[in-house]
Amino acid sequence: MTKADIIQNVHDKLGFSKKDSAEIVESVFDIMKENLTRSEKIKISGFGNFAVKEKKARKGRNPQTGEEIEISSRKVLTFRPSQVLRRTLNEE
Amino acid sequence: MNKSELITGLSKKENLTERQATDVVNQIFKDFHNKLKSGGRIEVRGFGSFVVRKYKAYTGRNPKTGGTIQVAPKKLPFFKVGKELRERVDSK
Repeated sequence: MTKADIIQNVHDKLGFSKKDSAEIVESVFDIMKENLTRSEKIKISGFGNFAVKEKKARKGRNPQTGEEIEISSRKVLTFRPSQVLRRTLNEE
Repeated sequence: MNKSELITGLSKKENLTERQATDVVNQIFKDFHNKLKSGGRIEVRGFGSFVVRKYKAYTGRNPKTGGTIQVAPKKLPFFKVGKELRERVDSK
C-alpha cells in the first residue's frame, strides 16, 4: 500500500475528487511531519504513538574495518504500536 | 498531538468540516490497520513505512524475579522512518 492507494480509498469511500483527495491526504502527513519536526509526540488512539527521542553520543565501530568511531548525539523518531493494533495482528 | 487535534488541524488547513476531517483521518488509520492485519506493507513517501515482523517463540526471563517464561510466537508492526522525516526530526 502506497500513498496512491490511500488517496484512491479516500476518493472512493468519502467522495472527494481525486485532486482534493490527494491534497487532503498530503495535508494529513504534512501536519504530522510538522508536529514531529517540533519534537512533539503524536498519539493516535487505536493505532499507536509516534515520539521523538534524544539519543546521546556513543562509541561505535565501523563493522567493516573495526575502527572505533564516535556516533554523534541525535534525535530519532520511534513508533510504539497500541495494544489494540498488537492484539489484532496476533488474532487467528 | 492526539487524533482529535490532527482532525482539527486538517479541517482548518483544508477547509473541511470537522465531520469530513474525522472521516479522512479515520479512513487512513483504518486502512493502515487492515493492511497490517493482512500482513501487508505500507509505504508513505517522505514519511515512512510499516511492515509486520514475525517473531518465533523463545524462552525469556522475568527481569524482576529471574524466573524463566515461555514467550509465544508473535507478530509486531515495525515502523521505519523515511529519509526526509528522519532528517527533519534531527535538524536543529
